[in-house]
Amino acid sequence: MGKDQLGYRERAMSDSPSTTPPSHLELGEAAEHTFLDANELILNMGPQHPSTHGVLRVILKLDGEKVRGTECVIGYLHRGVEKIAEHRTYTMFNPYVDRMDYVAAVSNGLGYCEAVEKLLNVEAPPRARYIRVILTELNRLASHMLWLGTHALDIGAITPLFYTFRDREEILKIFEKYCGARLTTHAFRIGGCLYETYEGFEREVKKFVDFVTPKIDEYEELLTTNRIWLERTRGVGVISGKDCIDLGVTGPVLRASGIQWDIRKAMPYAAYSELEFDIPIGTNGDTYDRYLVRIAEMRQSLRIVSQAVDRIPEGPIMAKIPKVMKPPVGEIYHSIESPKGELGYFIVSDGSTQPYRVRVRPPSFVNLQALEKMVQGQMVADVVAVIGTIDIVLGEVDR
Amino acid sequence: MTRLKQRHVSGIHEASTYLGQDYIVVERTIAYDVLLALRDEDEFDYLVDVTAVHYPQREQQFDVVWILYSFARNQRIRVKTQITESESAPSVVTIWSAANWLEREVFDMFGITFDGHPDLRRILLPEGWKGYPLRKDYGIIQQDQEWVKINLGIESGQ
Repeated sequence: MGKDQLGYRERAMSDSPSTTPPSHLELGEAAEHTFLDANELILNMGPQHPSTHGVLRVILKLDGEKVRGTECVIGYLHRGVEKIAEHRTYTMFNPYVDRMDYVAAVSNGLGYCEAVEKLLNVEAPPRARYIRVILTELNRLASHMLWLGTHALDIGAITPLFYTFRDREEILKIFEKYCGARLTTHAFRIGGCLYETYEGFEREVKKFVDFVTPKIDEYEELLTTNRIWLERTRGVGVISGKDCIDLGVTGPVLRASGIQWDIRKAMPYAAYSELEFDIPIGTNGDTYDRYLVRIAEMRQSLRIVSQAVDRIPEGPIMAKIPKVMKPPVGEIYHSIESPKGELGYFIVSDGSTQPYRVRVRPPSFVNLQALEKMVQGQMVADVVAVIGTIDIVLGEVDR
Repeated sequence: MTRLKQRHVSGIHEASTYLGQDYIVVERTIAYDVLLALRDEDEFDYLVDVTAVHYPQREQQFDVVWILYSFARNQRIRVKTQITESESAPSVVTIWSAANWLEREVFDMFGITFDGHPDLRRILLPEGWKGYPLRKDYGIIQQDQEWVKINLGIESGQ
């Protein structure tokens, strides 16, 4: 990215100081020091930085090695997904949602399809709901694996990356066999699933569960009691449950702070009410607990997958829905537990074939807001660990 | 809900349920009080989302929507208010910190200002961009040509 692009914000400020409100970094404590403080340093991290997991720019205000304040500059990946939705039919918009949280495309699709189904007042048939659960949980596993590999890499442990990507590959192979795509799957349709499971799907999923269960122990062997890992993650980026709720933080970050809340249990969708699983929680709300929570969640996902594969009912996979979808005038908010947190869709219908407004409530965007609270007073090297532990995907932050 | 109705008899236009989801439509002037009461008295301690919808044919062009959730009751509620283009919505950053970025996004996309927001500026689009993309009169391939030319050094981004 050229120098010109990076500097536009500063230029905009110097051009019109009266119209642009100053950033809070310049106010705050800086205002107290009238002379230049030799200890104060403004450091730009990103947007092209390997540890920001995409194009995130964080402006750090440092006092020596201590972080005094942060400011996130986002929007580099803004594609106007919500605007696009208003110009597409309900069916046409379906593949677009995969491009938001592109490491958990199946979850995005599930949330969108279920929201429109609610608006149409139809329900997917039981078999479709079970297929959805299996694929969504596999996707959660894939997302957590990718998170673990990259997060550990950020902190300096290189080995887990190869382990997790090797195992994630097996999940992507199942996706590829099921719907032809590995990443942006477009696996579900409004009203159910388009594809019936392929020959030997159940067998392969079971084989995968047996294959990956000991692998998660392997990840744990590498990290859970590793002294370097403990020192880099314990007590780093602590956030209390109360602060999480105040900041709207959801997903594993909220649960690691001791709040046992998961939409799959609180407001069950798909077939989750018929399946047994636990919600793992942490106690300290630090980076280490978030790691433990996600590892435990991976095990729970495997538990859900193996139950769902055993119980998958026979029957149709598509509900009766009209060819031309015209949901009645009204609004709906539906949310699911994506690997990152609460992923919600607020859809307004005006009775036509195109949604009047689609609002995506992105978990990554809201969770990223907690970064400032989490890194306050921490060391600059911990910022990388904390960005990793929130588990953001910039495609979803910027939409 | 009934308690709220008693207190703000004239301010609440509608309190109803659609597809099993509760929502209330309130007057702009009492929106802040209603939201504060919902958090303090009815335990709606989690602000899920703040968003807006644009209806250009209406006199009160914008719907501002707050989605709340209560952990204790396991219940969601939507609070809506209607404002005109020149009016502003109350900021709820003092009630929930989560509103900070969410309100900035609404400002960025719709140009709705929030009274009492500590740092209201664009969040996704660059500073200095002209126009509010999620308004209905903003075309889907429309862009700020001038900004693109000056900052990116190209004629068009398309």
